Amino acid sequence: MNRIIKIILLDILKNKIVLAYTLILAALSWSSFALEDNSAKGLLTILNVILFTVPLVSILFATIYLYNSSEFIELLLSQPIKRRKIWTSLFLGLSLSMVLAFVVGAGIPLLINAPDSVGLMMIMVGSLISVIFVALAFLSSILTRDKAKGIGIAIMTWLFFALLFDGIVLFLLFQLADYPIEHAMVAMTALSPIDLARIQILMHLDVSAMMGYTGAIFQDFFGTAVGLIISFLLLCLWAMVPFFISLKKFNQKDL
Amino acid sequence: MISIKNISKKFGKLAVLQDINLSFQKGQCIALIGPNGCGKTTLIKSILGMVIPDNGSITFNGKSILGDYLYRNNIGYMPQIGRYPDNMTIGQIIEMIKKVRPSTTELDEELIRAFELDKLFDKQMRTLSGGTTQKVSAVLAFLFNPDVLILDEPTAGLDPLASEILKEKIIREKEKGKLILITSHLLSELDDLITEIIFMQDGQVHFHKNVTVIKAETNETRISKAIASILKAKQTTTRNS
Repeated sequence: MNRIIKIILLDILKNKIVLAYTLILAALSWSSFALEDNSAKGLLTILNVILFTVPLVSILFATIYLYNSSEFIELLLSQPIKRRKIWTSLFLGLSLSMVLAFVVGAGIPLLINAPDSVGLMMIMVGSLISVIFVALAFLSSILTRDKAKGIGIAIMTWLFFALLFDGIVLFLLFQLADYPIEHAMVAMTALSPIDLARIQILMHLDVSAMMGYTGAIFQDFFGTAVGLIISFLLLCLWAMVPFFISLKKFNQKDL
Repeated sequence: MISIKNISKKFGKLAVLQDINLSFQKGQCIALIGPNGCGKTTLIKSILGMVIPDNGSITFNGKSILGDYLYRNNIGYMPQIGRYPDNMTIGQIIEMIKKVRPSTTELDEELIRAFELDKLFDKQMRTLSGGTTQKVSAVLAFLFNPDVLILDEPTAGLDPLASEILKEKIIREKEKGKLILITSHLLSELDDLITEIIFMQDGQVHFHKNVTVIKAETNETRISKAIASILKAKQTTTRNS
């Protein structure tokens, strides 16, 4: 297992895109802390940047990388190596390099400028989001052989979670404003990893006080230790479920 | 050594393999022939576990290959069109395969020298010609001294010199008692190699016979002519019926 991960990891790190991604994250993080006078505001800016760019880069890079390594997969498959091992190694290699890029790019400025629980949580959530979107990339690239289609699915997935989902939530919120849907809203956030991550961080910044009654309900749930653990578990599920579905499909795939 | 029972495979609606039954023994050199698209490569890929048949079973040394991967330690595979990561060099590819396939037996690097690939070790795969890529595939297939060699169109794209080197190598390996499975369209090239012929058409095995038997039945001395006369006989019988 280790040998294949090492080969993949080295191959990805040689890729200039990952380096560029790291530098962009670093530039964004450092500049948001420099622009805002207090670190909470800086954190909020970074949060929005992270929740927008990290999923996009993770899912796109991983999908394209997977399609481009079809030769590599084919070559390894004719060797005495388990299918499961090839796919898992690819996943671990890609996840590790995306997490590494995130931690180096955004993690260092976070640790220096906001060395508290919120900063640490941001690093954890960002890393999890990277892994989740790598897993979604695995799912979208196993669904179709066609590279253009696969990348299309990846972009749609990102668009859905980054923009559309919020729209749907807002729409429901206005349509059903007369009903007591606050608790349902908490459950609904579980359906999008980005929202889950955003609310988790927001609840630990003081801005949640400005979110009205729904904010209070959220605070009630995500503010507690149990809520925190549940939302972290949900994020982990978001990474594991798509990957295991793709693994199952890969085991049955004809090459 | 390898036995195939009732294998069928469909790609969408197209039935590529229909109820194939075959068995291969040690020391045989088998030619798998048939028109384009008759399922030769699919059959080979099923043996390698790259294509998973819809039903039927394949056993290697008595053990089912389904879900197994260690049996591939005994197989060297040379694909019809070798596809390799573009940005790696020949040397890196060979090194990588050596790393992921730890082997206790001595490596067989004879072909690297014979093809003079060591001079091209730092060339990237994308810059290689089709023939050189084929040479890399051949090197990888023979590298680990496997008991079974599966060669999909081995000489297609090779220049006469290289294809002669490869042919001699195949003959030497055959004499060591290995099982060799070759697909080819160039029947004339197979004359001094093979012991058995399998003829496939439309996903079915038409016949699986010993070469000496075929030659005796058709009164021909060359394989290509023997096959041609069998096919002619078949055509006339179908036409008359």
